[in-house]
Amino acid sequence: MRHILSILLENESGALSRVAGLFSARGYNIESLSVAPTEDPTLSRMTLVTSGSDDVIEQIMKQVNKLIDVVKLVLLTEGSHIERELMLTKVLARGELREEMKRLVDIFRGRIIDVTGSTYVVEMTGDASKLDAFLEAAGEDNVLEVVRTGVSGIGRGESALGLPGK
Amino acid sequence: MELTGADILCRCLRQEGVKHVFGYPGGAVLTIYDVLNNQPDIQHVLVRHEQGAAHAADGYARATGKPGVVLVTSGPGVTNAVTGIATAYMDSIPMVVLTGQVPTHAIGSDAFQEVDAVGITRPCVKHNFLVKNVEHLADTIKKAFYVATTGRPGPVVVDIPKDVQVAKTRFTYPKRVDMRSYKPVSKGHAGQIRKAVELILSAQRPMIYSGGGAVLDGASKELTEFARLLGYPVTNTLMGLGAFPGTDPQFVGMLGMHGTYEANMAMHHCDVLIAIGARFDDRVTGNVAKFCPHARIVHIDIDPASISKTVKVDIPIVGSVSNVLGQMNKHLKEGAGKPDQKALKAWWKQIDEWRGTDCLRYDHSSQVIKPQHVIQSLYEVTGGNAYVTSDVGQHQMWAAQFYKFDRPNRWINSGGLGTMGFGLPAALGVQLAHPDSPVVCITGEASIIMCIQELSTCLQYRAPIKIVNLNNRYMGMVRQWQEFFYQGRYAMSYMDALPDFVKLAEAFGHAGMKIEKPADVEPALKEAMAMKDRLVFMDFITDQTENVYPMIPAGAGQNEMILV
Repeated sequence: MRHILSILLENESGALSRVAGLFSARGYNIESLSVAPTEDPTLSRMTLVTSGSDDVIEQIMKQVNKLIDVVKLVLLTEGSHIERELMLTKVLARGELREEMKRLVDIFRGRIIDVTGSTYVVEMTGDASKLDAFLEAAGEDNVLEVVRTGVSGIGRGESALGLPGK
Repeated sequence: MELTGADILCRCLRQEGVKHVFGYPGGAVLTIYDVLNNQPDIQHVLVRHEQGAAHAADGYARATGKPGVVLVTSGPGVTNAVTGIATAYMDSIPMVVLTGQVPTHAIGSDAFQEVDAVGITRPCVKHNFLVKNVEHLADTIKKAFYVATTGRPGPVVVDIPKDVQVAKTRFTYPKRVDMRSYKPVSKGHAGQIRKAVELILSAQRPMIYSGGGAVLDGASKELTEFARLLGYPVTNTLMGLGAFPGTDPQFVGMLGMHGTYEANMAMHHCDVLIAIGARFDDRVTGNVAKFCPHARIVHIDIDPASISKTVKVDIPIVGSVSNVLGQMNKHLKEGAGKPDQKALKAWWKQIDEWRGTDCLRYDHSSQVIKPQHVIQSLYEVTGGNAYVTSDVGQHQMWAAQFYKFDRPNRWINSGGLGTMGFGLPAALGVQLAHPDSPVVCITGEASIIMCIQELSTCLQYRAPIKIVNLNNRYMGMVRQWQEFFYQGRYAMSYMDALPDFVKLAEAFGHAGMKIEKPADVEPALKEAMAMKDRLVFMDFITDQTENVYPMIPAGAGQNEMILV
């Protein structure tokens, strides 16, 4: 089962490698991982996509929680949540393809942010399946380069992942 | 007044009540040594190899419950200590390891004796720190001791660059630590405890299985009271020996791969299992699919990640063993109910039948020394009062089987990592912690060689350790596995070209004895133990083909033991 973990950790050098090292040392899977500082500069927020049986996910949660640098942790996929990923794609845009590619980007609500005589760079956000669908529609031969940030996620509703008392 | 980083570090150590530091100097820690040398209330113990420093500090911690402190230099100083750090990590031993580092401006430049100490030790520490600014030093040391000793204990590395040792700042030692990301729980959940007591009292065939957590938490008193209130059988893991008295009639021996038949059979057949500070290690469970098939399980542990890791449990209780058992004892004394005496009587009858197999029996011989006989004699000669360290292998299992530990913190061995070479330096740490107590290192001729250089340290600090070397000229446990599982192909397990251990001991300034006849075992042990001010190396030439029995082969269930 695919799961998304949201981790609040101390914004200190080495904190990321503690999490990444734990996953490799214990043989857990990392599908994607994204991390950046939060509104509180002493904290980083990490979104990690992994997969495993319920037992494995439970162990992952416990082991991550045990890391001294981890302040808080939630399993986003346990509740209602939103996930987004940013993708930058360099696609061919020559001849007939030029207009067709523009239409396709519009359909997927992407934006063209760089133009040359033969290529576009497309910016697009969405969940992983939407981005996959765009790539498929664009056609393998027309896609020159793909950069994806990995998933960022947030829980729906009023409750927020933050420090207690905030 | 402003102080240097080195001064601040030494003051922190004094504030933490550190009496011994085990270490080895080198370029990146010279500034610290320069200050440490003038600390009247801290004794620095100069080992001969950094692995020895870590093991000695580890032994010290296991025998006292206080954190062991290590000081090593950068580069090879750190890498040599890693085996010792990993050993402590696997057995959850509180330790603070101070490592020198090249100056901050040189970090990352492949400077002389530079390694990424934080990176190398990350997977085998509870936590580690790199102190980049002297202003953070005191705070970091306080945190290091706090993290090492609270919750599930473990080693903490603090990497201190050379320029930070020299830089100056004002010194204030924090009185308390508050880490938003680290809040260990010690009090068990009252509701879970009530539920557990109910289940425990409903048992027809109960079993108490306690481990290293009971020793680490100093919960021997609570555990013993708990077992006595209930009258239930108790087994200890290798790490848990001594937490419940080994001579108590309720004690059914160690469990696991080389545990007793009665302990393993009782585990297999029990209907309620009370796991206390134990982590369902693979050497305990055997085949997990066949583990305790009839039991509902209560698990008490300070570490939530230990619960349901390999074996699913029914009632988990996160908390310190002493706190949770204390609460349970209160319930039991305040009329929570009584165990089913009729069922318990039948259960004990069954256990006594299993006991009747006398699974630890061995053939006595008047010709060749049986290793088990040496341990039994040692137990008698020392009256069960020695601190016993061991290395890893057959001798370790025989020591665990035949030396009955009635008190905790007396049995000191590398259970998790299984580090050969642990025994001698660990014994040094124990002896320094308890200068007036008998300390014995039970070892084998393969293990002892791995840290033999510490004989030199033992002379320098006049540590009158008694070394019991069970010398069968083989890596015994390797040989045993080759006999059982590799059709007797003894690849590389024979120790050829062994030294003359008597001369070796003498060369290091100690006394040596070689014992070859069974009749000489007891007199030799008595003679050695009587030499209270000298280290004595006793080289017992033992039966080469003796195996450790009983045994659960890998992949088998607890009820599938090989008896003699």
